[in-house]
Amino acid sequence: MSDVVLATLGLSRRFGGLMAVSGVAIELHRGRLHAVLGPNGAGKTTLINLLSGDLAATAGNIRYRGEDITRCSADRRSRIGIGRSYQKTNIFPAFTAFENCRLAAQSRAPRPFAVFTDAARHRPVREAAERALDAAGLAARGGSVASALSHGEQRQLEIAMVLATAPEVLLLDEPLAGMGAEEAQRMVGLLRTLAPKHAILLVEHDMDAVFAVADVITVMVNGQVLESGAPAQIRASPAVRRAYLGEADE
Amino acid sequence: MIHAPERQDRRKAIALAAALLLLALFPFAGAAFYTELVTKVMILAIFALSLDVLVGYTGLVSFGHAAYYGVGAYALGLLAPPYEAANLWLTLPVAVGAAALAALFVGAFVVRVKGIYFIMVTLAFAQMFYFVFHDTRFGRGSDGISMNFKPVAAIGGFTPFDLANAVHVYYFVFAALVLVFVFLRVLLRSPFGRALQGIRSNEHRMRSLGYPVYWYKLASFTVAGALAGLAGYLSALQFGFVNPELLSWHQSGNVLLMLILGGVGSLYGAVAGAFAFVALQELFSSLTTHWQLLLGGTIILLVIFLPGGLASIAGRFKRTLVGEPDDE
Ligand SMILES: Nc1ncnc2c1ncn2[C@@H]1O[C@H](COP(=O)(O)OP(=O)(O)O)[C@@H](O)[C@H]1O
Ligand SMILES: [Mg+2]
Repeated sequence: MSDVVLATLGLSRRFGGLMAVSGVAIELHRGRLHAVLGPNGAGKTTLINLLSGDLAATAGNIRYRGEDITRCSADRRSRIGIGRSYQKTNIFPAFTAFENCRLAAQSRAPRPFAVFTDAARHRPVREAAERALDAAGLAARGGSVASALSHGEQRQLEIAMVLATAPEVLLLDEPLAGMGAEEAQRMVGLLRTLAPKHAILLVEHDMDAVFAVADVITVMVNGQVLESGAPAQIRASPAVRRAYLGEADE
Repeated sequence: MIHAPERQDRRKAIALAAALLLLALFPFAGAAFYTELVTKVMILAIFALSLDVLVGYTGLVSFGHAAYYGVGAYALGLLAPPYEAANLWLTLPVAVGAAALAALFVGAFVVRVKGIYFIMVTLAFAQMFYFVFHDTRFGRGSDGISMNFKPVAAIGGFTPFDLANAVHVYYFVFAALVLVFVFLRVLLRSPFGRALQGIRSNEHRMRSLGYPVYWYKLASFTVAGALAGLAGYLSALQFGFVNPELLSWHQSGNVLLMLILGGVGSLYGAVAGAFAFVALQELFSSLTTHWQLLLGGTIILLVIFLPGGLASIAGRFKRTLVGEPDDE
């Protein structure tokens, strides 16, 4: 089953003299979880920013289901099914957790001209928000103001918000960082249930989690792809060991 | 178990009913001066409400909002024929429409701009409007336009009220204020209004969630401009003349001060701010010719000691909150 959803070719981003992402070719398939590893500063977050449209590519292209979306705005990419979460929590702090998700879900049924209806009463959007909160393990916290949630809970909310937009592609930037062990465990379970029906790109430092859920792993160093392949291949790769895994083992 | 929000709602409802009753009965107190003053304040309250849509609910600090107030006022001044009365039901929609169009035009350029630059470009556009009315034949120069007749509210042969009568004008403006307030309350709870508040809170995330932020901001800017135009029209109707000072940056600054006084991001605050601003203005100008100094000082103290404005006094510290919190 090789259903390519998102593919890049020669994707690059330069910041002044620094090539943060350089000539990256990567393919995301529906039904596969693709993990991206690499030391800090490798360009993982920049890669996600390029795919989500938060940053413009300086070279290369991105195709989504055959369509060239390299120049598409971030909001359009979200609407056509590319959802992302942020490494640095990016929520609506003064809104309740539920409203954070409700607003995310509302983006799929925006109804801007329904000015005489109460947004909070629209059933389909409410339910989508509730499902997302539930999936991220926040069902009991919907009524709490987001800024009053614990750091770990805010990380969960970050994921719930992407889920509420019902994306086809999920770009997750270190979703487990900052979560408690139990929640991280739950999130790994969630990723497993999402994987069959989504194309997932997972940036994550937790090696155990990555090797437990990834179908494909790409290792990045200095903005470039060092190696890409099945988990067993990556684990066995001398280059990866030298450049990355080796450091972690010591 | 938690009755506090309910009690708070009850108290709010009682306060609101009392305020409405007071305003409804006010002209019966007799003094024509005060009836006209409160009419003026209610017009400014509509103006402040319109700006709150931008500043308090979309996060766009416009320093040129008087431009749309002025366009609404001038629409009446320019449309009023010299030898007969203009018709309210024709000129009012044209005035509101003209202000909306002006805001749509300016908004198309400015809502792309962020932060301090937004403040500056809205001011720059407002200055351009000012000069159009101040320095061209079209605007009839710095003296403005005096209208010889008040508009009439005739529908066919039937005239429900008389706009030459200050008490009738009072109730007409009062009705407009209530309508605008209710309209905004409803609008801000709609999907559109919630999205605006999302943009105010975190524009970047809104974009990332798929909202075409530009169009939402432009719609917000246009709605705010239209309502400012309504306020301007009512002002021209009340006073029977218009001049370029209506569009001056002082006017844009004053309405911002009203919001700051009342509390940005609260509809009650916008109304309270308009009342407080004029009350302070009247009070201080009766004491000294340097009343602007006192007014400025008062506002500075207020910003320091009551950053949420008057609306925050009632313990409404949850006013920017969206969604119903479980507790606290
Ligand atoms: N907005 C930016 N401006 C300048 N340099 C940046 C910017 N974003 C990232 N970088 C640089 O690009 C490189 C890659 O960063 P990043 O993609 O965040 O790495 P990672 O997520 O793999 O830790 C780093 O050297 C970082 O300092
Ligand atoms: Mg990163």
